[in-house]
Amino acid sequence: MAARLTVNGVAKSFVMHLQGGLTLPVVSGVSFDLDGGECVVLGGPSGAGKSSILKMVYGNYGVDAGSILLDHDGGRLDIAIARPREIIAVRRSSIGYVSQFLRTVPRVAALDVVAEPLVSNGIDAGEARDRAAALLARLNLPERLWPLPPATFSGGEQQRVNIARGFITGHAVLLLDEPTASLDAANRRVVIEMIGEKKRAGVAMLGIFHDQDVRDAVADRIVDVTGFAPRIAA
Amino acid sequence: MSDEPLLKVESLTRSYGSRLGCADVSFELWPGEVLAIVGESGSGKTTLLNCISTRLEPSAGTVSYRMRDGVWHELFSLGEAERRFLMRTDWGFVHQNPADGLRMSVSAGANVGERLMAVGQRHYGDIRATAIDWLGRVEIAADRIDDQPRAFSGGMRQRLQIARNLVTGPRLVFMDEPTGGLDVSVQARLLDLLRGLVSSMGLAAIVVTHDLAVARLLSHRMLVMKDGAVVEAGLTDRVLDDPRHPYTQLLVSSILQV
Repeated sequence: MAARLTVNGVAKSFVMHLQGGLTLPVVSGVSFDLDGGECVVLGGPSGAGKSSILKMVYGNYGVDAGSILLDHDGGRLDIAIARPREIIAVRRSSIGYVSQFLRTVPRVAALDVVAEPLVSNGIDAGEARDRAAALLARLNLPERLWPLPPATFSGGEQQRVNIARGFITGHAVLLLDEPTASLDAANRRVVIEMIGEKKRAGVAMLGIFHDQDVRDAVADRIVDVTGFAPRIAA
Repeated sequence: MSDEPLLKVESLTRSYGSRLGCADVSFELWPGEVLAIVGESGSGKTTLLNCISTRLEPSAGTVSYRMRDGVWHELFSLGEAERRFLMRTDWGFVHQNPADGLRMSVSAGANVGERLMAVGQRHYGDIRATAIDWLGRVEIAADRIDDQPRAFSGGMRQRLQIARNLVTGPRLVFMDEPTGGLDVSVQARLLDLLRGLVSSMGLAAIVVTHDLAVARLLSHRMLVMKDGAVVEAGLTDRVLDDPRHPYTQLLVSSILQV
């Protein structure tokens, strides 16, 4: 049986037209599998292309070459060539993403930010809010903040809203871009526990973690991204 | 999302004499999908919007719309009366300047009620109740129902225009710079309101804007126009985060950081 996510021969470069068409190669030959119930961590120094790989898997960055095959809706979809509508459907039902930074929307309460992925999947707003509240409580976000828009929250508070939003769905694949970067030790432990629960529920996770202790606690395998460094044309 | 599009635009071109308004634009729009058309002034985005919404006759190309009965019609082969009926019932058009979309000398309630009467509602009490409900949804107090929009602030007028357009439960709404000309704080409120209404009503929308932040907040997909042509199209966050065309890169890199 094929893995839940198969990345094969993926290459990415940026062409900077405003800098005279300068080409910045990011990665090439990116190939790995991701199975249900495991957490694969992308390793390598800053600038090696870890976030770019996550963004390609999420459909946020375009892909120059190769394929990203995902189990979706009873079939296999190649994210590298999927149409926008398909990417939107994948994000609604198959792939969740916890980004480093929360993109806040004016006037939307933290609780609703977290509940939104459930509501957009047709779950009753009351139930979605209850589940959002449970997650925010677990992540120790003070209840007085729940009705407020997160724009004015601290970095760590925003990150917890972001984590709750990413973890609230039952998506089969979860992408984690440094979800614990601005959390204190107690909250890092909560996130480690939550990742463990997702694993036991069979969720496939692909993540970037700079904290050694978190990485050691959650990683089943490390994929070294420096192996995908593009060869610079002479 | 449904498996069949709601609107198909094929090779749409509009020229003004030898000058091109928009050239060879093709795309499809699905129910519940919000498409942003971005580009600088003079890029052809408003011409394109006006052609799709049949306010302007294209020089070439077709616009097909799937009616509520599931039958496709090419809009420019419809009679003028049929197009007007579509515009009044199944579509909405939100203008940048609310005065272009409202009747400034009748009450707020009548502005909303008029669209209901166009779809055949006659019961005064029902119309008034629906109007009050819609004023509430766009955050206008019920006690302002008998005031004329000329007594409203710019932001209130724009919200009233939105209520007037959405009261008939349209399936497709066109918006031309809906937040242009409003203060930033008023803009934020309006955007949040629009976002909520579009998603709760499952509306399809085509939004013309020069503001990339508005496009990011409201739209699923976007078209980038330059000199009348679509130079880049795709998922909104991909176009903004990984722009490919030199012009899109220039637009994205020109955003001022706060």
